[in-house]
Amino acid sequence: MQLSKADLLKAYRTMKTIREFEERIHLEFATGEIPGFVHLYAGEEAIAAGICIHLDARDKLTSTHRGHGHCIAKGCDVDGMMAEIYGKKDGLCAGKGGSMHIADLSKGMLGANGIVGGGPPLACGAALAAKKLGSKGIAVSFVGDGGANQGTTLESLNLAAIWNLPCVFVVENNGYAEATSCKYAGACHDFADRASGFSMPGVTVDGHDFFAVYETAGEAVRRARDGGGPTLIECKVNRYYGHFEGDAQTYRAPDEVKKIRETRDCITRFAQKVTSAGLLGRADLETIDREVIRLIDDSVSKAKAAAKPASVDLLTDVYVSY
Amino acid sequence: MDRQLTFQQAINEALSQEMERDRTVILMGEDVAGGSGAEGQMDAWGGPLGITKGLWSKFGDRVMDTPISESAFVGAAIGAAVSGLRPVAELMFVDFMGVCFDQIFNQAAKFRYMFGGKAVTPLVVRTMCGAGFRAAAQHSQCLYPIFTHIPGLKCVVPSTPYDAKGLLIQSIRDNDPVIFFEHKLLYPMQGEVPEEPYAIPFGEANFVREGDDVTIVTLGRMVHVSSDAAAMLAKDGIDCEIIDLRTTSPLDEDSVLESAEKTGRVVVVDEASPRCNVATDISALIAEKAFASLKAPIRRVTPPHTPVPFSDVLEDLYIPDAGKVVAAVHDVTSYKA
Repeated sequence: MQLSKADLLKAYRTMKTIREFEERIHLEFATGEIPGFVHLYAGEEAIAAGICIHLDARDKLTSTHRGHGHCIAKGCDVDGMMAEIYGKKDGLCAGKGGSMHIADLSKGMLGANGIVGGGPPLACGAALAAKKLGSKGIAVSFVGDGGANQGTTLESLNLAAIWNLPCVFVVENNGYAEATSCKYAGACHDFADRASGFSMPGVTVDGHDFFAVYETAGEAVRRARDGGGPTLIECKVNRYYGHFEGDAQTYRAPDEVKKIRETRDCITRFAQKVTSAGLLGRADLETIDREVIRLIDDSVSKAKAAAKPASVDLLTDVYVSY
Repeated sequence: MDRQLTFQQAINEALSQEMERDRTVILMGEDVAGGSGAEGQMDAWGGPLGITKGLWSKFGDRVMDTPISESAFVGAAIGAAVSGLRPVAELMFVDFMGVCFDQIFNQAAKFRYMFGGKAVTPLVVRTMCGAGFRAAAQHSQCLYPIFTHIPGLKCVVPSTPYDAKGLLIQSIRDNDPVIFFEHKLLYPMQGEVPEEPYAIPFGEANFVREGDDVTIVTLGRMVHVSSDAAAMLAKDGIDCEIIDLRTTSPLDEDSVLESAEKTGRVVVVDEASPRCNVATDISALIAEKAFASLKAPIRRVTPPHTPVPFSDVLEDLYIPDAGKVVAAVHDVTSYKA
């Protein structure tokens, strides 16, 4: 599969935007200005970017509690996301959802999800609707290694297989379900092995490698769109921060994250590969870097300055009509 | 004579007419057709009691048998609802909510609010409820109070074939998630049902019987138990007003309060377990907003706080009957402060 220069620029911009967004929230959260709790996607950007680059407006996506990256990659407005995380009325969900529930149905983003394993059944339904309505759209469901052990995920793999749904299930295995290792919690070597139990293709890829994810996802998305049914993709990856902000991560080896950042970082690897192959110039990447920093700076300034919801908003939008 | 259908036929007709009218309406559930993948007949069951029988033959793959995976298929119905379909999922017995409740109360119920008013989830979950079938503790509960408790859900508990058809049509056309409770003992009940489609609005209670002495607020199968009691009481010169709530969310507070203020004596009859059920909710409403009109304490007639028993003698004791309603009405009419 040949990536055009525009594709490469888009992929880099997506990954860089997610990284900058998350690094900035990491800093801002420490000031105490962001309410509630946030789960950061930094380190996993190649997955969201590598999957979502194959998707278009017809396609739907269900996400996880660690959803910022999926939202950005599916085209959610960054200002709207930031304002939402700050609990502001201008937020994508009018300040009623927060980090764990960012959604933009107009973009096919059916929501980050506070319930581990909450998304896969919904993705089956979105895929079923696409099939029944003949939209040619597909649905992608992200879960973590924790969500991969939920019954909902396994039931959904089965349902998607028997109904031959245009679905792609992506397990982002970052090694830890909260503070418990996937080596302890998962009775399998690779989560992708479980695909064979549901008669669907299962592939394990390096989630730090944009190009590996891109290739695998491209095949899965094409199969789904062409009526070939679902695929399970496991992306082995690492998160750079804790389960949530404030997690001291004492369960991880002392230098674990530092080493991964130095040797396996998805953005560094992508930049090295595309520049050494002469596909993009350093200047191309630096331009994007500057634009992304400005975008995130602006989004934080706007979010801080934005109005909070009004008291009347407490009671609105529970029902369409009641 | 007016056209008569059973409660069961009324539900089947509502589904059929709405599927005819709107191609986005689909059905899914365990054995809603029956026979999928088997060597014998297709549409073999139409659900365990035959409620949806014949719909597969009319609508083909819009009637989908599912694996016994309630989380997956109820969740899929929700995902399809936010993606352009109007699914009617059948949760065979409401007792099975335990295996799929997250999808209903954390997903479907909350999308609209938590996504800032942008989600529309036109979902119906049809489910069987109620005791009296000798089906024991895991196939006999009412449980509508649990769903009523959740903001974002609407709860419908029909009592007659006429209401079942009109309320189900409204449920399918409604743009919010609706849980539709079918009491299994009502399925064979006959009643007048017009052939043409009609929708009964939610939140409008039905005055089943008008009277001046005592208000009986009730719903579902207990409407008929209350009517039997009212007929017995009429012979003693006690004139009962019976309000069938029809929906517990939204709740027709005005009708309840209006009647309570008129009679000053209230009995609430509810087949759900007594703690935090519809009877407690109605009692609290009246105590808060019509206290000055009350001439006697409100009486609640409910089952005891036990699981539904199996043995017929025990189950008959468990379910509120006309005798218990009559006794409660006598209590409130003979009350001396």
